[in-house]
Amino acid sequence: MEETLATPSETPRVNYLNARYGLKSWLLTKDHKRIALLYLGGVSLFFLLGGIYAMLIRIELLTPKGDLFQSQTYNKVFTQHGIIMVFFFLIPAIPAVLGNFLVPIMIGAKDLAFPRINLLSWYIYMLGGILTIWALLSGGVDTGWTFYVPYSTNFSNTYVVLAGLGVFVSGFSSILTGLNFIVTIHTMRAPGMTWFRLPLFIWSHYATSLIMILGTPVIAITVLLVALERIAHIGIFDPRLGGDPVLFQHMFWFYSHPAVYIMILPSMGVISELIANFSRKNIFGYSFVAFSSIAIAVFGFLVWGHHMFVSSQSIYAGMIFSFLSFAVAIPSAVKVFNWSATLFRGSVSYDTPMLYGLGLIGLFLIGGMTGLFLAAIGLDVHVTDTYFVVAHFHYVMVGGTLMGYLGGLHYWWPKISGRMYPESWGRFAALIIFVGFNLTFFPQFVVGYMGMPRRYHAYPDIPIWQVLNVMSTAGATILGFGMLIPMVYLIWSMRYGRAASANPWALPGLEWRTSSPPPTENFTVTPVVTWEAYEFAPPEELKVIGKLEPRDRADYPPDYPAYTES
Amino acid sequence: MAEGHAITHEGAGAQREHHAHAALAHHFDNLEQQREAGTIGMWVFLVQEIMFFGGLFLAYTVYRWQFPAAFVAASNHLNVRLGATNTIVLIVSSLTMALAVYYAQTGSRRNQLIFLLVTMALGTTFLVIKGIEYYDKYRDHLIPGSLIPGRPFHWDTVQHPLPIGVSEHNLEMFFWIYFAMTGLHALHMIIGLGILAYLVYYAYKGRFTPEYHAPVEISGLYWHFVDIVWIFLFPLLYLLGRHLEH
Repeated sequence: MEETLATPSETPRVNYLNARYGLKSWLLTKDHKRIALLYLGGVSLFFLLGGIYAMLIRIELLTPKGDLFQSQTYNKVFTQHGIIMVFFFLIPAIPAVLGNFLVPIMIGAKDLAFPRINLLSWYIYMLGGILTIWALLSGGVDTGWTFYVPYSTNFSNTYVVLAGLGVFVSGFSSILTGLNFIVTIHTMRAPGMTWFRLPLFIWSHYATSLIMILGTPVIAITVLLVALERIAHIGIFDPRLGGDPVLFQHMFWFYSHPAVYIMILPSMGVISELIANFSRKNIFGYSFVAFSSIAIAVFGFLVWGHHMFVSSQSIYAGMIFSFLSFAVAIPSAVKVFNWSATLFRGSVSYDTPMLYGLGLIGLFLIGGMTGLFLAAIGLDVHVTDTYFVVAHFHYVMVGGTLMGYLGGLHYWWPKISGRMYPESWGRFAALIIFVGFNLTFFPQFVVGYMGMPRRYHAYPDIPIWQVLNVMSTAGATILGFGMLIPMVYLIWSMRYGRAASANPWALPGLEWRTSSPPPTENFTVTPVVTWEAYEFAPPEELKVIGKLEPRDRADYPPDYPAYTES
Repeated sequence: MAEGHAITHEGAGAQREHHAHAALAHHFDNLEQQREAGTIGMWVFLVQEIMFFGGLFLAYTVYRWQFPAAFVAASNHLNVRLGATNTIVLIVSSLTMALAVYYAQTGSRRNQLIFLLVTMALGTTFLVIKGIEYYDKYRDHLIPGSLIPGRPFHWDTVQHPLPIGVSEHNLEMFFWIYFAMTGLHALHMIIGLGILAYLVYYAYKGRFTPEYHAPVEISGLYWHFVDIVWIFLFPLLYLLGRHLEH
């Protein structure tokens, strides 16, 4: 089947990886694919660091007593785990790595609209990361990743300003990435690539970019005000000046709730690709899945108050936020139902990416449903600041984002590296990660519902609490080892993996119609799109790339150069 | 490798206009697409800017609602004449910027240079006047917190008795919001002047023609946006509640 599918007529020997050599060719590159790899290095580093902090937390909670850390040290450990994972792994992971690599290729463009801004965004990201690491090395920060005032402004004697500046700076990298995606998707689609032929990965990145543009500046100004408040002892959140600390919470969650959708939406885009392509079937209800991404982005901005049910918010505001939070479940459920319906009667293959895809559906279902528990005011008051909340957002953010990220990384690895990863190791690792993840976080629902509060280094010596915590730590250990497996074999495969063909999965998407790895300009001939997304048509229909059929004349601009040549 | 480069180059070149403009970046098909991308990019950036300033506008709204008397008293301490002058300066600068764009479109190098320079001069005037205002606040001990070490905020209660129910801290809050908002705005003006200097350099070199003038247009969008922010700041900070004076 691979032979009959479209492969570019002449596979160029020069691809984006070997077009140029040397450190300078990487650090000054304007190629979106190389920048994606720079980001891959960055986020992997921060993921490892955040993971080490997570392991430290789990080791401390193995026993009820605080034997590994003082409470102050523990506060720093969970804070740093949160800051690194949220701002430097979960938010950039899929958009900046997979999105950067694939958005231009999937729409048939040569690059993102602003390649230099794209490179700048990586440097900004790294600068923010370095500031944060500097804060950690100087002695750390203990406010929680939420930086709640007045603790962060008046009382904490740790490195809040440095860490805050790190978050402030890295915010601009995600603003610039979002800006680049929006402009690219609007202006650089290949001839024939209409909005409703776009892969759903692109739709979800468009929705993500909207949140990045509208939300990130708000956290930037908020964190900046907190930093200034600490430096100059003056600020709008300081109760001594008549300021209102709850205003901080409003401004913080106005971004940080939508930020959850920055993490999950790109992952949903990946999963839509995986489910449709590995079922070899058009996605069920394309436009519903596409618009549910936009709906999630819009609703996501209207629900921040559900983080503040116990923060002196009025009960009427609470009720409205509760109602709106329930409403977000609708577009989310649309996606889950449509994925399930796509699987129905598809020719499903269980390759590694698909295992992550199916895993995500399960984990997101649990994470999403427990989100409904938390949207209900009465129940939320009961479980506020307990491990129930911790388990919920790890199911959504880690279960959702990490599964999508790993699934996508495996799925596009042949395209990115030009090599196949070892399939059996891939499946094995996916299974280990799924088991480890559930063993880590499911007991936390139970212990949280029993009342174990988050953010304490010790807990009462109740036998069942310890049993659940030991399960959780055991799960985290399995998860940690599970994560190391792909790290090892993906690096291994870059050199020793089997060479990948242009289209190893035999799929119709545009990214599979260029060589693996692609040339620097992505396509040797500007592609002309004459097919719908996920059109599993007979193979001979797919050989149209680079050839111009007269019936598609209307799809091209009149001065389209390749037209006269063919 | 040399051979490889040739292939890559040819592959890219085949898709482009045969006599591509020197300013056309490698990944665009034509100048029109490039201009559209730049324009949408700037609009998206401005949306981001609105949200960035939005945090401060929100804070202003909340505290004006909470401390109306303090905000009126503190607002009356601002120099409305200088503020109004600055408003006029900026509106005129928007006009000259628009004219610079017009002359870039019609290809008059001389006129576009003149109007870019006039815009720069007006922008600088604005910053000088703003500096005078800041100096007045410094002299009157109205800079909040420890922004200036050793010179804490102090409201002269003899000359300006505090209204009933207003504490000095509430006034300090107003001035903090004033400095935060106008300071952020001034920072944007300074960046705008940097962009204008860049445009002047390339306009002098004759880079902008009726065919290619997108940078002037797009920078114009930014300049107008910064003006509009001031159009909101001036009434909110200087004028609201002014009739309640004394």
